[in-house]
Parts: sequence; C-alpha cells; structure tokens
Amino acid sequence: MLKSIIVSAFGAGLLAGALLTAVQFVTTEPLILAGEVYEKAADAAPAPAATHEHADASAPAEAEHHHEEGAWEPADGFERSAYTLIANLLMGVAVSAVLLGAMTLRGGRIDAKTGLLWGVAGFFAASLLPSLGLSPELPGTAAAEIGSRQMWWLGTVGASAAGLALVLLAKPWWSKALGLLLAIVPHVIGAPEPPTLEAAYPAVLGAEFVVASLVVSALLWSVSGLSAGWLFNRLSGRA
Amino acid sequence: MTEFRSAALPASGSIARSPSRVAAGLAAIILGLVLYIGTGFAAPSFIHNATHDTRHAFGLPCH
Repeated sequence: MLKSIIVSAFGAGLLAGALLTAVQFVTTEPLILAGEVYEKAADAAPAPAATHEHADASAPAEAEHHHEEGAWEPADGFERSAYTLIANLLMGVAVSAVLLGAMTLRGGRIDAKTGLLWGVAGFFAASLLPSLGLSPELPGTAAAEIGSRQMWWLGTVGASAAGLALVLLAKPWWSKALGLLLAIVPHVIGAPEPPTLEAAYPAVLGAEFVVASLVVSALLWSVSGLSAGWLFNRLSGRA
Repeated sequence: MTEFRSAALPASGSIARSPSRVAAGLAAIILGLVLYIGTGFAAPSFIHNATHDTRHAFGLPCH
C-alpha cells in the first residue's frame, strides 16, 4: 500500500509541479520580477533621512528586508527558473503525499473525485485560511521577523486542518463546534504585524499578486489531489 | 500492476483500519511534511534563494 501511495504521490506531484510552473510563469512570476524592480530601486536610493519625515521610523524596518549579501543565489533567467521548477515539483510531491496519507488514514474510496475534494480542503487549511492573517507578499513587502511568521503560519495550518477535519468528518455536534473554534483561534491570537504598511511597489501590483498567488495555490492543491487520487485508484487496481 | 494490488491488499484485505494501513498513511504524511517544510520553510540562505519564487508564488512567508 505504501508503495502505491509513494508512486502516486510522485507521479501526481511531478505533474502538478510542472503544470504549476507553467501557470506561475504567466501569472505570479512577472509580478515577482516587477516587484523586485521596485525593491531594488528602493534599496539603491540613498536614504533620504534629511528630507523624509518618517525616515527614523521606517528605515530599520526596510533595512531588514535587504537580501543577505554574498549568499549563493541562482542567476536570473534559466537557472532561476530551473530551481523554481525543482521547488515546485517538490511542493507537488509533498502536497500529493500528505493528501494521499490523510485519505489512507481516513479509509474509504480513493479516486479522482475524493482526491479533488481533499485537495480543496487542503487548500483551505494550508493556504486560504492562513492567508487571512499573512497575505501573500510580493518581494519588497515589509513584514515581521521571518521566524515568527513561519511559526504562526504552520500553527495556523495545523489548527485549520484539525478544525476542518472535525467540522467535516466528525459526527457529534460538539466536535464540529470544537473544530470551528480551532480554526478561528489563530486569527484571534493574530498574525505577527508588519512594522509598516508602506510598500515600494504600486498598490495594484500587490493586489494582483495576492489574487494570482491564491489561484496558483488553489490549483496546486486541487490538481495534486485530483491526479494523486486518480493515479492511486489505477495503481491499487480498484475501479 | 499486479504487484501493487498484492501490496495494497494484505491477507486480511478488509476495509477495516488495519495497522499496516495506518502505518502507510502516517509514513506518507511524514514524507510530505518533510518535503513541504524543506522546500517552503527551511532557513539556510541557499535553500531560501533556490526556492524563493516558489515560496512567494504559494504565499508562504519568505525573507
């Protein structure tokens, strides 16, 4: 059984990752590159301490967002795209493996349809609900310290997943109520706040990116779930 | 495909929750989480830089 799961997760994940790389290439990637143009322009501009009223308040926050100097990074163009493809393939396999694992634990039929349903639920738990606290960010967006945001994000994914599972899969009404509560708690606690709401890029660019990012995430989870369920169904020989 | 069928249906072959099914499900989830965290959250600069556009595109906290 584990062999079918692993083979299906890799097959579905590679398909989803490759497809998503193509989708990103025409949706999120141009926006990321445009955001970086503004980010670099803001970095290159001499700190206007004398002329800018808020310089003392915003300067340290912006300084935190400079990329680490000297660290290896892929060269722009083909190399950068190649690494993005690899990372997308890994994300596709990761998402497919988690979905198939959860469906296996749950038991019952695993096929394209149930895979798609689990994929949509996974998108809600691991992407849509956490985005309510931490919106998808273009490069150059001011934000709180990375460790605290990652912690809040992963905690929210866990709480949302457990909450959704209780709401959708548990029978007693109080389990469903508990699930709802679990999903809400991270947002009551609140995500780490950015030091400033100002951004170097135009507001509409940021808005376009948020929508593009959510669409890309929704596609990742639903395509992974659909193809992983379909493939597992074929491999395990249950029609 | 037959080897998958035999692997998927052990002696008991029932729909009931067998220990091997639970183990397989948990193993798949752990594999997925390791890949997910490694790709989307790992701190070292070279991993961050290699996965930068993917992290941003999927809305994960980056930088």
